[in-house]
Amino acid sequence: MTTTRQTPVLHLVTCGSVDDGKSTLIGRLLAETNSVPLDQLEYARQTRRGGSTIPVGEVDFSLLTDGLEAEREQGITIDVAYRHMNLPNGRRVLIADAPGHEQYTRNMAVAASNGDVAVLLVDAARGVRPQTHRHLTVCALMGVKTVIIAVNKMDLVGYRQAPFDEIVAVVQATASRLGVPDVRAIPMSAAAGDNVTSSTNEMPWFEGPSLLEALCGWEPVEDTAMKPFRFPVQFIVRAEGNFRGYAGTVVSGEVSRGDEIIVADSGRTALIDRIVTFDGDLEQAVTGQAVTLTLDHEVDVTRGDLITGVGPTAAQPADRFSADLVWLGEEPLAHGRSYLLVSGSRSVPATVTNVRYRLDVVSGHEHSARLLDMNDVGRVEIATDRPIPMDPYTTSRDTGGFLLVDRVTADTVAAGLTRHAMRRSFNVVPHSYDVDHEARVRLMGHEGKVVWLTGLPGSGKSSIADAAVRRLHALGVHTYVLDGDNVRTGLNKDLGFTPEDRAENVRRVAEVSKLMMDSGLVVFVALVSPYRSDRLSAKALFGAGEFLEVHVDTSVEVCAERDPKGLYAKAAAGSLPNMTGMGQAYEVPEHPDLILHGVGDIEASVTALTIAILGE
Amino acid sequence: MSETTIPYEAVLDELEAEAIHIYRETAAAFRDPVLLYSIGKDSSVLLHLALKAFAPAGLPFPVMHVDTTWKFQEMIAFRDKRVAELGLDLRISTNDEARAEGVSPFSHGTHEYTRIMKTVALRAGIDRYGFDAAIGGARRDEERSRAKERIFSLREPGHRWDPRKQRPEFWRTANTTLSEGQSMRVFPLSNWTELDVWRYIQREAIDIPALYFAKERPVVERDGALIMVDDERFPLRDGEVAQMRSVRFRTLGCYPLTGAVESTADNLVDLIAEMESSTMSERAGRLIDGEGGGSMEAKKAEGYF
Repeated sequence: MTTTRQTPVLHLVTCGSVDDGKSTLIGRLLAETNSVPLDQLEYARQTRRGGSTIPVGEVDFSLLTDGLEAEREQGITIDVAYRHMNLPNGRRVLIADAPGHEQYTRNMAVAASNGDVAVLLVDAARGVRPQTHRHLTVCALMGVKTVIIAVNKMDLVGYRQAPFDEIVAVVQATASRLGVPDVRAIPMSAAAGDNVTSSTNEMPWFEGPSLLEALCGWEPVEDTAMKPFRFPVQFIVRAEGNFRGYAGTVVSGEVSRGDEIIVADSGRTALIDRIVTFDGDLEQAVTGQAVTLTLDHEVDVTRGDLITGVGPTAAQPADRFSADLVWLGEEPLAHGRSYLLVSGSRSVPATVTNVRYRLDVVSGHEHSARLLDMNDVGRVEIATDRPIPMDPYTTSRDTGGFLLVDRVTADTVAAGLTRHAMRRSFNVVPHSYDVDHEARVRLMGHEGKVVWLTGLPGSGKSSIADAAVRRLHALGVHTYVLDGDNVRTGLNKDLGFTPEDRAENVRRVAEVSKLMMDSGLVVFVALVSPYRSDRLSAKALFGAGEFLEVHVDTSVEVCAERDPKGLYAKAAAGSLPNMTGMGQAYEVPEHPDLILHGVGDIEASVTALTIAILGE
Repeated sequence: MSETTIPYEAVLDELEAEAIHIYRETAAAFRDPVLLYSIGKDSSVLLHLALKAFAPAGLPFPVMHVDTTWKFQEMIAFRDKRVAELGLDLRISTNDEARAEGVSPFSHGTHEYTRIMKTVALRAGIDRYGFDAAIGGARRDEERSRAKERIFSLREPGHRWDPRKQRPEFWRTANTTLSEGQSMRVFPLSNWTELDVWRYIQREAIDIPALYFAKERPVVERDGALIMVDDERFPLRDGEVAQMRSVRFRTLGCYPLTGAVESTADNLVDLIAEMESSTMSERAGRLIDGEGGGSMEAKKAEGYF
C-alpha cells in the first residue's frame, strides 16, 4: 500500500449545451483515446438522427455519448451521465456530463460535486452567454479547483485570435471573482478535431497544449495546509474474540497506529490500536482508503459519529450553521419545516430558520428572498435538533457537504455546503434541575400530554377542546388550550398564512406545548395545521405516548355553512387567497391517533378524548 | 508540469475503496439488504469485495440467485461450491409457475423469456423475502443507457424504475431513506470497466467459473452466434451436429442466449491480453440486448436489473 495519495482518478465535469458542441467534444475525446468499443463506433458511423449533416460512414461523435431513449427522441440531454476515459499516463478520467439547459442548475451541481476539473464550453461564434456564468458559478460553489475554458467552433470564426481573447477575458474575470484557483483556456474545434487530442496548425498564435495534453499534465491543486483527519463511522464490525471495529473511509487527512483520536460527537478520546483490512493490518491509512479502526479502550461510538484527530484540527459540534443551498426539490424550501439533514452516514432532523439571500448565479448579485425554488442557490441558516460536527465545505466536501431530505416523500430536496458554525453549542449546556419532570408529575398527580387537534377552519376544534377541558378540569386534571387564533395575537403575530409561515407557526406552538407538557399539563392545541410534514415535525419533538394527533374530520361543506368567523364567506369573495380548504390544500392525517367528527354529539367526542388521555 | 505516471494498481485501489464504502453504507442503512449473485465474473468480484468490506466478520446479509433453470450446468456447480466454501446464506428464486408451463428461450422470444424468467423471478424473490435493497454488479460502461444509472437506484412500489424520481448523487453521501413501498438497487461496481474487473480478478486471484477460459466445447451456429449445446434440452435441427470448437464466454447467462467467442485463451494472462486488443463491447455477445441501444432501458422500466 502506498502512503501518498496519487489521485488515480480525475473527476472531470463538462459544462455546456448540445449547441456548444459538447457531445461532439466528449465523443471525440473518448473515440481518440480508444475509450469506445468498436461496435459503438460503428453505430455512430451508420446511424443518423434528424437534422444531422454528417455523411453516413463518418463518425458522428455526438452519438457516442447519448444515453436514455427519451433523450435521443428529444435530441437533448436530460440527466448527468458518467463515462470513462484512460489518459496515456495511466490516470483514469471519470467524466460527469451535465446537460446545459438553464433549468438544470441542479444537474450541474451534481456533476460538479466531485469535480476536480471542469471543461467549460463556449461557442466561439456566439460568445459568452448567461449559462456560461451559471456553469462557472456552480462549479466554483461546488469546489471545482481547475477550470479549462474550451472555446469551441474556432473554425466558424476563421481561427482568429481576437474572438478567443475576448471570450477568455470575460470568463477569466468571473472566475477570479469566484476565486477559482486554476484557470486555463484552449481554442479548439471539436468537429474538425483541432486542439482536442492533438495540436493543430490552424492556430499558430496559440502555444498551449491540446485538451488531452492539458488533462495529462493536470495535478491536483495543492492545499497549503495539511488536511485534517476525518473518519465518519459507517458500520460497526463485530466479530469473534470480542472484536469491535469502526468501519469507514478516511475522507480527509491520514491516521496512523497509536494516534490519539477524538469522537467529535461525544468528546471521548482514545488511541488507534489497529487499522484493519481484509488484506492485513496497516500502519497508516490515507485519504480515500476504506478501513476498520479499533481503539485501545472501550468508547461509545455509533454509526454517523465522526472520528478526528485531537487538537486544533478537531471538529466542534454545533447546532446552528450558515450554509449555501442548491435547491433541488420541486416544492420550494419552507421556513421552519423539519427536514432530514444527511451528511455522510449521519442523519439528523434540521430546520432552515432563515434565508439570508438568493444568489443570482449569472450576475453574482445577492437578492433578498423568503424562499428558494427549484434550481435556486442561496445562503441560509440551519438549526439541527442536536449538535453535530460539520466542517466548512472548503475544508472537506465529505464532512462539509450535506443533503436535505423531505421527511414524507424521502426525496432529496437540497444539497448544502456548510460555510461556518454560527454558535458553538458548548456555550449552551442544558442545566439539569433537581425538581424534574417526575417530581412535577408526582405533585400534579398525572402525566403531561399534548393533544393536537387538526382540521379545517370551522371543523369544531376549539369547541371540542373547550368541552374536553371542562370535563377534565372537573376530574382534577390540569389543562391548557393553545388556540391557533389566540396564539396569533401574541407569540406568532409576526406570521402570516403562507406555507412557510404556517410551518413556523406550527413549530413555535409545538415547542411551547412541549414546555407546558414538561411542566405536567395536559395541553390542547387547536390549530388548522394543514400540512402533514409540519405535523410530523411537531410530533417528532415528543416521546411515545406524549403526543396524540387528533383529526377533527368535518366536511368542507359543513365548515363553510357554519363559518363561525366568516372566513369561508371572505374566501368565496376572493379576499382570503390562503384559506385552507379553499385556496390552500388540507392534507388529511394518514395515521391519526383519533378521528373525531365535528358534527353530532360533542359529548361523545369528549368521552373518546378523555379515554385516550387518561386511559379507561 | 510534472510527469506523473499512475500505476493501474492505484486505479484499482480507488475503485475497491469506493465499492467497500458503498457496501458498508448499504449494510448499515437498510433493514434487509441482499446481494444478487449471478455467478459470473462481476458477481465474483462483488462477492470478494463484500468479504473485504466486513472483515474480519462475515457477510451481514444473504445472497440471492435468480435461477432461470437455463444457466450453464457449470455455473450451478460453481455457485454451490462457492456457497459451501464461504458459508453463504443462499436464497434461490425461480419462476416455478412459468417453468411448469414450459417457458423456455426456445418457446418465447428472448425479450419475453427474459421478462418472465428473470425480471418476474427477481421481483418475486425480493418481495418474498422482504428485501429493501438489492446489490448488483451492473456497470456504467456496459451499455450506453447505463451511463446515467445511479449508484443507489431507487425503485418505486412494484419495482418500477422511474427516471424522473432518481435521486441526485453528491459526494460520498447517499440518501438511503425509503418511503412506503420503495426499494433500492445498489451498484458498487458502477465506475468499473470490464477490463478493471479482469485486472482485479487477476490481482486478487478471485475464483471464477472455467467457462470464461477457452476450451473445446460443443457448439452450433445460430444467427451468427456460437451457442453451446449444454444439455439435451437444446433443440438441434434435422441432421445438425454440435461441433467441438475452442471457445470461451465473455459474459455468462442462460446458455441458449449466450454467444461464445472463438479463442485459445485458457488462462488469465492470455485472456486479458485478448481483452485489451478486443474492441467489441461485451454485451454484443448477449442476444437479449440486440434490439437497439434503448432496449435495456425498456427492460429496466419493467424492473429488470
